[in-house]
Amino acid sequence: MIKTDILIIGAGPTGLFTVFEAGLLKLKTHLIDALPQPGGQCAEIYPKKPIYDIPGFPEIMAGQLVDNLMEQIKPFSPGFTLGERAETIEKLEDDTFLVTTNKGTKHNAPVVAIAGGLGSFEPRKPPIPNITDFEDKGVAYIIRDPEVYRDKRVVIAGGGDSALDWTIFLADVASEVTLVHRRNEFRGALDSVERVAELSKLGKVNLITEAEVKELKGDDHITAVGIKHKTKGDIHLDTDYFIPLFGLSPKLGPIANWGLEIEKNAIKVDNSYDYQTNIPGIYAIGDVNTYKGKLKLILSGFHEAAIMCQSAYQRIHPDKKYVMKYTTVGGVEGFDGTKKEAKKEVVKAIV
Amino acid sequence: MSDVTIKIKDREGVVHEVQAPTDMNMNLMEVCKAYELPVEGTCGGMAMCASCQCYVLSNHNLPEMSDDEDLMLAEAFYVEDNSRLGCQIPITPELDGLEVELAPES
Repeated sequence: MIKTDILIIGAGPTGLFTVFEAGLLKLKTHLIDALPQPGGQCAEIYPKKPIYDIPGFPEIMAGQLVDNLMEQIKPFSPGFTLGERAETIEKLEDDTFLVTTNKGTKHNAPVVAIAGGLGSFEPRKPPIPNITDFEDKGVAYIIRDPEVYRDKRVVIAGGGDSALDWTIFLADVASEVTLVHRRNEFRGALDSVERVAELSKLGKVNLITEAEVKELKGDDHITAVGIKHKTKGDIHLDTDYFIPLFGLSPKLGPIANWGLEIEKNAIKVDNSYDYQTNIPGIYAIGDVNTYKGKLKLILSGFHEAAIMCQSAYQRIHPDKKYVMKYTTVGGVEGFDGTKKEAKKEVVKAIV
Repeated sequence: MSDVTIKIKDREGVVHEVQAPTDMNMNLMEVCKAYELPVEGTCGGMAMCASCQCYVLSNHNLPEMSDDEDLMLAEAFYVEDNSRLGCQIPITPELDGLEVELAPES
């Protein structure tokens, strides 16, 4: 079991900065995130896009902001459980919380800070009526082990990088690969688009554009898909697997069932004080919370993280006085033995 | 320097008549968020998520689609011929009387 002082759910900018603010107060932190890398949507959706409203940064790439935060929190050696979604929370007899992920990893902490943004990123499921009936029965939204598809027939849908990349990869694994996309144009990297075009010419990939998978057929397992083509009408295609790859979208997910007060798909918090939820010891900061006047901006999350850590300190050390630190005076003392501080001015008398 | 009136039908079919300023460099997604309509704007208005997809119901001349918007809509769900991304529609005086409907969440 992983034990820490503040368990942070969500490793986006707000969650990452919480590590820093907690570290200044000598509190240890551990982060859980459903994505395989830290950074939240900054890393997942728009790493190469500039952000203009981070105080002190006239312009910074979202991915660079994440890199900077990782550098800033490094001295506090946070733990990470990545690629796992926080699933359940349980209050233990000693007033601490036990948070278990979908893969069964257990985390124990006296304070939980939910910095979950808009939720955990889940694959976007195309609106095909019976698609959920075929999940794990031939329909997969994520490719975990490509060997599953060896010598099988596979239909992939989508027009972005993951659809193109997996089409290219599976062309050498599967017995038959079909890529279905609504347009003739693809959004992915140019060389991937060219490679797919080439594979299609070589007959290694069956490319069906201006078409959409509209129907799934089969009993216990998928056996065919029904495709609607813009000009050619309905196409029936036998297949063993259907893999729709339409990117990820955030969903609040299991957190919605943790007994927290939810309003407008966000967690209500006390913003007149410390961003605590209706359950003492559980805080919600950043885009995941709501209160009157809430602004879903990264800078709001940073502010809320700092305030929340003060309250968490009180909860963990009820006998101690409040602490407040200026890094300009005390520097930053890492848990890894490092110490950053301003150089002292040398005062010399003029003789 | 005047406000325009826009009618936005939400996912429950309720029509919200809202005023939007033309001099604040706003787009339709931001207007929806300002009025707390259920539009996420996950990507922050970069035509990268389609959470602000809407159907244009009135006959207004909208700015032409960029390649980014076009290709995002190529991957979005519930797309119709009159689909647009709200974040790619700047609020200008010509939009007075615009009527849109929010596309289903996906």
